Amino acid sequence: MNATETTDVLIVGSGFGGSITAYHLAAGGAKVTVLERGPWLNSEEFDHDFKFGSSTTRVFDFVVGDGMSVLGGNCVGGGSVVYFATMPRAPRFVFERHGSIGRRMWPAAIDRDALEPWYDRVAEALPVTPTSWDEVPYIGGVFAAACKAAGHTANPSPSAVDTSLCTNCNWMMSGCRFDAKRSLLLNYLPAALSHGAEIRPLHEVQKITKLDTGDYRVHYNTIDEVDYRQQTGSGTIDAKIVILAAGTAATPVILQRSEPELGRMPHAVGRYFSGNGERLNTAVLEDDKVRELLGLSRDEANAYGAYQIGRGPVVASWDRLDGDLPEYERFSLEQLYFPPGFGTILAQVPDAKGPSWYGPEKKEMLRKWRSWLTVFTMSEDDNEGVFGPPPPTGNSERLSQQLLGFGSLRYRPTENTLRGWEVSDAAVRDILEHNGLARVMPWTNDVIGAYTVHPLASCRIGDDPETSALDDRHELRGHPGIFVTDGSAVPGALTVNPAFTIAALAERAVPGIVHALRERGVEVHYGAPAPDGGGAARRGTAAAVRTVLG
Amino acid sequence: MPETECPPSRNTVLEAFADTIIPGEKRHPDDRAVAGVSQGGGAVAAGAIDVLETPEGGMAPALDDLARMLDEHAVAYRAGCGLPEDREPFVGLGYDDRLALVGELLAPGHPEHAMWAGLAMFSFMAFDTGAHMHTADAIAAGHPGLATLGFAPPGEDGLWRFPAYSYGRPLADVHPDTDPTGSPV
Ligand SMILES: Cc1cc2nc3c(=O)[nH]c(=O)nc-3n(C[C@H](O)[C@H](O)[C@H](O)COP(=O)(O)OP(=O)(O)OC[C@H]3O[C@@H](n4cnc5c(N)ncnc54)[C@H](O)[C@@H]3O)c2cc1C
Repeated sequence: MNATETTDVLIVGSGFGGSITAYHLAAGGAKVTVLERGPWLNSEEFDHDFKFGSSTTRVFDFVVGDGMSVLGGNCVGGGSVVYFATMPRAPRFVFERHGSIGRRMWPAAIDRDALEPWYDRVAEALPVTPTSWDEVPYIGGVFAAACKAAGHTANPSPSAVDTSLCTNCNWMMSGCRFDAKRSLLLNYLPAALSHGAEIRPLHEVQKITKLDTGDYRVHYNTIDEVDYRQQTGSGTIDAKIVILAAGTAATPVILQRSEPELGRMPHAVGRYFSGNGERLNTAVLEDDKVRELLGLSRDEANAYGAYQIGRGPVVASWDRLDGDLPEYERFSLEQLYFPPGFGTILAQVPDAKGPSWYGPEKKEMLRKWRSWLTVFTMSEDDNEGVFGPPPPTGNSERLSQQLLGFGSLRYRPTENTLRGWEVSDAAVRDILEHNGLARVMPWTNDVIGAYTVHPLASCRIGDDPETSALDDRHELRGHPGIFVTDGSAVPGALTVNPAFTIAALAERAVPGIVHALRERGVEVHYGAPAPDGGGAARRGTAAAVRTVLG
Repeated sequence: MPETECPPSRNTVLEAFADTIIPGEKRHPDDRAVAGVSQGGGAVAAGAIDVLETPEGGMAPALDDLARMLDEHAVAYRAGCGLPEDREPFVGLGYDDRLALVGELLAPGHPEHAMWAGLAMFSFMAFDTGAHMHTADAIAAGHPGLATLGFAPPGEDGLWRFPAYSYGRPLADVHPDTDPTGSPV
């Protein structure tokens, strides 16, 4: 009865950071156990439905903080199940950023060149592929044409969507019903399972303690499958190595809660949070102008009017991703669809005389919803988010059965961050208000503060122990055997969508974790191919692996 | 929640709040909750009370208090403006006064901001998503919010597909510093 469960590697969370490490370590022969707080759904369970209790709320997590709210995944596969699968690599200058610390934020060992072969591995695994113009939904087309008319370039972004299976239904935030979106449920996770990894859904890790042997004990609660506020039990598992991959908004909270028993945490745990400089603007397009100025038409009746059709962001403008521009003034702009609810509440009425995000004028704006176009800014913020004391369990005090809770993150944008938003708002207006094509307004920050679907850096890698929680191998300073491989490890804003970079860093961290396992007497090898067996990208990382494993 | 447990005026007050967020037309000539400043159904007709009362949403336990507090704020508001005091506090306010009071409660920095923002967001969601119903059923039933948005209906199997989706041609020059994988360099 008292027999303690043991494993070689205990992984917390099954998003990018958890799945990628689970696969490689299981394939290398380690006993791997993954604890995931959310449920485990398959494609038939991904609903096209806004009803509370459908996959729309089951797989999603929305934590309202003080000045910053974070959206993320809450299921096996993590953010990959709810994400839009837009997968650009981060531009070169990002790795040279100084941010708020007056020196390079990234470890000396990592720049774009060093990360390139690890990006290649992820690209092969998911896979990530370029997008061609004839696959660009109307909304991306209209944005591209507006960019061109205003003298800008625009790119179809690389993505992890198999467009041959995609129906452009735009329900991908509720999970992809058609297996078109290459979530982790289709590659790393099944490959990890086939190598014996065990994944336990509805297991929420609360804290970590240390054993006399130097191993760690991971404490979890089991969670009711419908009402996530209810705990159905609890337990512990002992492990030689713990990998935290609970996501940027959860990993530091687990460490904060563990601190009294585990010992002092590095200063940077729960600090330096970045929202990836995220900002949204919503435009309402004039259909006759779309026809007249951009020469576009869908059919006799409509030039555009196609907001609902597509698959999240597909086209981006990268003119401001210029390393010669001053820091905080560089950003990318991406056309975006957000479904009603998330995508409508915070949008503001241009030139409102009364309230701008609700009231009669907002209702009139909603009548034109089909002509909306949302533009997503990813800019450079100042890593100004700080987590307060942890809530009793999980990373929020849940209000709703699913989806919604209140967390301890506090974010007050600095002048630098605000300037970035201001210049990007102006750029969006330049593009879309050109010749009366549309009217544009940024979303309000008055309701839930700023918001991000790209939380980063709350437990980051770096060379300076004062401003980074992890060394450049993702090991938690002062706590050997605890690694962090999720978005919290990324040092700062990336100016583009982050999942590809998070995934590449997780791939890169694996040889170091293999090394740590071997030091603890676990026989494990490194060198698994891509989840589908492809070995092309493995050659590119061989040299880097040798420097870690000899 | 049994009908008898909730104060008789509670839902009328909450409806008046929801109607302030997304206004609609009166359901009948004596409709006190809905101010009637907008054509077509608003948050109330879209099911605001049902959404607020769902066990999933988590708002239900707070609704009595929210309605009571809203009335208390309305009493103070009308006293401050010298408005007549012989009618229901919040429901008795005209639309512009409801808007002014709700604006105060929703202003960043108001001590109860989070609460009222929550109530506003759930009211909004009733209109935008009809989160108390299956979306396909809501559309079939003519849900006023989804109809206002022009949210397209699903196919026969209840799933959405858009076979026509692209202008199908290059519409801008790509950035000169794009690498062969399609990423920025
Ligand atoms: C709507 C939306 C769209 C997005 N679109 C894109 C996009 O197009 N491109 C892009 O690059 N990025 C996108 N992102 C962001 C992307 O999803 C994240 O950057 C990425 O998933 C982060 O990976 P991760 O490994 O850090 O954590 P996650 O993928 O968030 O995984 C963390 C996992 O840990 C689990 N967990 C949390 N706490 C615990 C606990 N205590 N115990 C056990 N398990 C726990 C969570 O349930 C989750 O499954 C999007 C995000 C959202 C929300």
